[in-house]
Amino acid sequence: MANDALFQTLLRLGDNTLVLGHRVSEWCGRAPVLEEDIALANTALDLIGQTQMWLGYAAEVEGEGRSADDLAFLRDVWDFRNILMLERPNGDFGYTILRQFLFDAYHRLLLTGLAQSTDPRIAEIAAKSVKEATYHLERSAETVVALGDGTPVSHEKMQTALDLLWPYVGEMFEADSVDAEMAAQGVAPEPASLRADWDASVRATLTEATLRIPEDTFAHNGGRTGARHTEHLGHMLTEMQWLQRAYPGANW
Amino acid sequence: MKPDVQTIWGWLDQVPDPEIPVISVVDLGIIRDVTWDGDVLEVAITPTYSGCPATSIINLDVETALRDRGLTNIRLKTKLSPPWTTDWLSAKGAAKLEEYGIAPPSPAGGPSRCPRCQSTDLEKVSQFGSTPCKAHWRCLSCLEPFDYFKCI
Repeated sequence: MANDALFQTLLRLGDNTLVLGHRVSEWCGRAPVLEEDIALANTALDLIGQTQMWLGYAAEVEGEGRSADDLAFLRDVWDFRNILMLERPNGDFGYTILRQFLFDAYHRLLLTGLAQSTDPRIAEIAAKSVKEATYHLERSAETVVALGDGTPVSHEKMQTALDLLWPYVGEMFEADSVDAEMAAQGVAPEPASLRADWDASVRATLTEATLRIPEDTFAHNGGRTGARHTEHLGHMLTEMQWLQRAYPGANW
Repeated sequence: MKPDVQTIWGWLDQVPDPEIPVISVVDLGIIRDVTWDGDVLEVAITPTYSGCPATSIINLDVETALRDRGLTNIRLKTKLSPPWTTDWLSAKGAAKLEEYGIAPPSPAGGPSRCPRCQSTDLEKVSQFGSTPCKAHWRCLSCLEPFDYFKCI
């Protein structure tokens, strides 16, 4: 495909929001308090809305007659391009919020960069989405501080979550030939260029939350290149795609 | 005969927002453009939030309202840029929201007063309310909870 790098980039953007949006939606009806239930469902809704725009554009770029829905519901694990951190199961509420925070901080910086893209369609989708990401970050950062600097039990749960999530942070800033091509064309910022700002803002919040930042820099990877996903994505897709698989073409 | 766009704006101002029916889709600032392209009427609509489930209903309501006025050649266009902002909410819309019990958006980032008793002693309950465009607040004077139309 002539525009393969652009297609891959749009899948990476849309698969991140789709997979995280689906994971967050799994909390609907089960969050610890009603307000959090509503907040999580609203966050999921924003992410799924963004997915519609990214995958809609991806399908157009691909030019094979597929739609955003086809890409979401009819691809198998190896065709997904989301980062591994987002496909892991939700864990407890603290883990979900901390994952959201680590991603929101990255997402806001990435979308801010993408809003300056030389591709006008990417720029307008990013300009729309960054408003939502900024709002999500406000809430997730506030909640991370409340739980991290909360009771001994909530603090311990947040520290455990941070230790589990940290090895998945590095993948957000890794780059391959697709990223290099997009950066050279001014379509997307270089992932590594976002790291310093991310580190500064995330460290400030985690310190306020009295959490200890792991020193290990080991990073799991393979999700955004499609080289390898965790076993969890397959289980998630089994549930998410069930209706379209069992009743092809169903709509309402 | 083609009605002029000013007349059509007036018709659209009678189409209620499906989730907050006291204000119209024009009050909400999501109708971005109404133009004649030959014999085709083009209406540009921008979503409030990208995942707002009301978007498809709004498109349907706009189309139905125009068909009811006898227009058949209609093209609805989604316009993402510039992104919707609460600054586009009309003054008439803001007043109607408050009268309805929803605090209108305020640049300070929170409601300026309780829509029921006008007290300024308020607290935020949650950043998200009953729809994506609202947050949940409470008045500490009359103790009533209320929705705040959040600022973006």
